[in-house]
Amino acid sequence: MNGRNLRYDIFFYLGMLLICVPFLKAHTAYMPLVFLGVWGLRRFAAFAEENRKITSIREQMVSTVQMHQRLTVGIILAVALLVPFASSNYLIEVLTSAILYAILATALNITVGLTGVLVLGFIGFYAVGAYTTGILTAKFALCGFWVALPLSGLVAMLFGILLGIPALRLKGDYLAVVTLGFGEIIRIFLTNINGLTGGPNGILGIKRPSFGFFTLDHPRDFYWFALAILALIVLMVARLVNSRYGRAWIAIRENEMAASALGINVFRKHLLSFSISAFFGGIAGSLFAVKQGFISPDSFTFYESVLVLCMVVLGGIGNVVGSVIGALLLIAVPEFLREFSMYRMLVFGAVMIALMVFRPSGLLGSRRITQEIKDCEDEGQ
Amino acid sequence: MKGSNILTTDSLSVTFGGVRALMGVSIAVREGEILSIIGPNGAGKTTFFNAVTGAYAPTSGRVFLADQDITANPPDEVARLGLARSFQNLKPFAEMTLLENVLIGREIHMATGMLEAILRLPAFHKDEAEQKCRARELLAFVGLERRRDHLARNLTYGERKMLEIARALALEPKVLLLDEPVAGMNSTETGFVMELVQNIRLQGITVVIIEHDMKMVMGISDRIYVLDHGELIAEGLPHEVRANPAVIEAYLGGGTHAPTH
Repeated sequence: MNGRNLRYDIFFYLGMLLICVPFLKAHTAYMPLVFLGVWGLRRFAAFAEENRKITSIREQMVSTVQMHQRLTVGIILAVALLVPFASSNYLIEVLTSAILYAILATALNITVGLTGVLVLGFIGFYAVGAYTTGILTAKFALCGFWVALPLSGLVAMLFGILLGIPALRLKGDYLAVVTLGFGEIIRIFLTNINGLTGGPNGILGIKRPSFGFFTLDHPRDFYWFALAILALIVLMVARLVNSRYGRAWIAIRENEMAASALGINVFRKHLLSFSISAFFGGIAGSLFAVKQGFISPDSFTFYESVLVLCMVVLGGIGNVVGSVIGALLLIAVPEFLREFSMYRMLVFGAVMIALMVFRPSGLLGSRRITQEIKDCEDEGQ
Repeated sequence: MKGSNILTTDSLSVTFGGVRALMGVSIAVREGEILSIIGPNGAGKTTFFNAVTGAYAPTSGRVFLADQDITANPPDEVARLGLARSFQNLKPFAEMTLLENVLIGREIHMATGMLEAILRLPAFHKDEAEQKCRARELLAFVGLERRRDHLARNLTYGERKMLEIARALALEPKVLLLDEPVAGMNSTETGFVMELVQNIRLQGITVVIIEHDMKMVMGISDRIYVLDHGELIAEGLPHEVRANPAVIEAYLGGGTHAPTH
């Protein structure tokens, strides 16, 4: 790297250092390892970039942007993979739940961020997924986790379709209220159908998944497992976004009338995004059930729905990577602030309001949404 | 005139509560022609487009595309059947690039499944590449190819209108409805649009235009319909309409100025 990039590098490594310190303070020995990994990744990316210099300027610009994105994702993944070596079991548990929330946020982002449908009771799908796994593997022990995982997604998807068919004919706030009701109804049902769900006592003894003889009992192993699923889901969603499906969703968000004038069946696309969202929500629920080993209706309150929505908004509406970052921040940061637990919600609220004022499009931003807002202002003049 | 009727309305009426926006309008558009609909503001021209394309459900009357009854079909169905439109108050997908905007119009011609998209199978890449190529051709056709990677919100007013036309053409429609394509444009731009519309017609697409710009209307229309207060008051060739006293009365408020070139 030449001198021009030196300042940039210093900032970069300083930032990395600050991020890693909380995890690494007990295991300073791992620090060089992490940095070596990061440095290697950056070298590799720089090398790959140089090879593209021959291509035309426009394509070079596009590929540079893509390279930076890949680099960022690569670094995040590398750090995420290495973190468990250097942190306590407690921290790993916290990070695992952050990953589960990240899956939820990624799923919710499909409806809220991309298609522009506000869903307030999203935790309902999470609950459906968790209980499907709980009932199938523990309560009635009908099948193992590997069958229950996709089934949880599918059952949640079915709920999504059944809710979506009537509800998606509504618009905006009305739809939001219906989904809010859905989340609450699910929770109340779970509390009251004693025979199936164990009522307020929930379901106990849900086993961790295993690969043959190797059970994911250690928090670290389960963390990696959850991380792999998160990576898979993020990849799938990112690819959907960059296909005709994602384009149609964004077009609907931008302008429903124009989209339908171009032959897009708005209702069907809405339903599609809603059910995919629900599917991934159910998958997250299934992971939650096996992680906790115990589920009860208390885990699926309205507060959780709001939390997930906050993650989507915080990270940047419509930004796939942003949802993951948002989840990490909202789950991990409060853990570090435990000493101030009394003020936690206060700080949380203040941060949300500050964001609203200074970065209305979220931390990573969503080019698409802010621009839209500005566009409306232009027209108003 | 050539060809049979490709778009017909049979006493189409639209009322909003007590307001009668459109009263028994019967129009026949012949295949391959450029037809203009003119009339003062509030005459019901845009309402007519909305009723034809299914954006509004007509109160009574019928709409036929060729021989098919498309009355009150939902807008996406109408678009799939080959009736594309542009909007008067522009509706580009502001946060998408120009290429993506046009690709939305290609959506009905795309067939890749969700699994193919997730797994990035060859069929997906092939389809995307083909449609992108087609979309770039369309952008080149309206003169926006150079800006294909810009966000639609960064376009000028005139460019947005061009984008709307490219997007509508992406459907490969039989009939294209243009709602005030040159409003707010200078005469150079108007000339460009006129040429563009001629070229569109040469591709075998029938064009129906709502327009106030008399230079454009008189210059390229094969026939003209005149609406006033939701009613059809005149129809005919440009020179007939220009000389029609009822049109001068309604359209120009009985003034002494005739529409000029």
